[in-house]
Amino acid sequence: MAEATGAPAAAAPKPAGAPAPKAAPTPRPPVEGPPKTPTAGWEPEIVAFCCTFCAYTAADLAGSQRTTYPTNVKIVKLLCTGKLDPLYMLKAFESGADGVYVAGCLEGSCHFETGNLRAKAQVERVKKMLEEMGIDPARAEMFNLSSAMGTRFAEIAREFTDRIRKLGPSPVPKRGVGL
Amino acid sequence: MIIGERKKLEDIYARVKDLKKVLVAGCNGCVAICYAGGEKEVGLLATELRIMAKKDGKPLEVSELTHVRQCEHEFAEAARAAVENADAVICLGCGEGVQIMAEHFPAKVFLPGINTTFIGSPDKQGVWSEKCAACGNCILDRTGGVCPIARCSKSLLNGPCGGSHDGKCEVRDDLPCAWQLIYDRLKALNRLEELDQIWEPKDWRTSRDGGARRIVREDMVVKENPT
Repeated sequence: MAEATGAPAAAAPKPAGAPAPKAAPTPRPPVEGPPKTPTAGWEPEIVAFCCTFCAYTAADLAGSQRTTYPTNVKIVKLLCTGKLDPLYMLKAFESGADGVYVAGCLEGSCHFETGNLRAKAQVERVKKMLEEMGIDPARAEMFNLSSAMGTRFAEIAREFTDRIRKLGPSPVPKRGVGL
Repeated sequence: MIIGERKKLEDIYARVKDLKKVLVAGCNGCVAICYAGGEKEVGLLATELRIMAKKDGKPLEVSELTHVRQCEHEFAEAARAAVENADAVICLGCGEGVQIMAEHFPAKVFLPGINTTFIGSPDKQGVWSEKCAACGNCILDRTGGVCPIARCSKSLLNGPCGGSHDGKCEVRDDLPCAWQLIYDRLKALNRLEELDQIWEPKDWRTSRDGGARRIVREDMVVKENPT
């Protein structure tokens, strides 16, 4: 019996009843497309939901240390990031925020044990919602830090502001002036 | 309770994007417990729709309302002003809620925002499973409180079958074999003799036989002309 020479296995007839090959997954449509050209003088509007026991205190420390961070970041204090509702983040986006982040305690150090882990799950949920709405999920993020990390707070604010600056203005038009 | 899952945003948005005014009507009953259609989910869906419309430059106004229970005409009436002000209503109630609203406001368009999935219960936070098939002829007294109609993949009355392995059903690894549960429960109750009984064939006429089912309680019916 002659050996098959170079005939690909795929060319052989399929046995009856063989399962049909799985269709290749349809590629996801581009979420936002290329960044919009910002209008002159555009500055990202960023909302940060900060836990009072860590990030908010760290922001205070950053101020005491005279560490500067971008004024684009507007802080909303939460008594624990476990209180974060996805609606808070969506409302910020609806009002025209270009990026929203949540800053909670280091994992394992939540004042209420698991509030920051709950927030992490909610931020993941919001990222999925943003994707469904055709908004880049990178516009939402979760960060963890302790109250002693004032410098890190400023770093996070700078990192996130830079990220949003690269992404450009939110595809959702702003409501009124400012937020 | 009735368990449902919200439909995909893109499917809901496709039905309303060219309208001017839409009402998202939720229900604070069963579907609020399974995070599909309560007040919070109404807020989330309405906000998502507003964001989508703003993004696409559509003049869509989205209002919100949540019923105490969407499945009764008495509560539907409270939504009259909001419903009449909208071009269409997205109902985040179960399939029954949507139909009650459609019956109550015959001139309006109602769109389901939820896929009504099953009668079940929360197993733990964020996990729900089917518990009852509403067959109309309950046999839970014989099966140790575990329903083989809803929870056995084949609805067997004499399980387990050969597809039961290590207490799991062959259909899915996370699906317990209902007949294993029944056996374990009856054994724990020292009532295994229940399984030796010969059962009469189950009367399926109370299930999906003869069209939509109806119950009439003559003692509860309010007569229009009692005299």
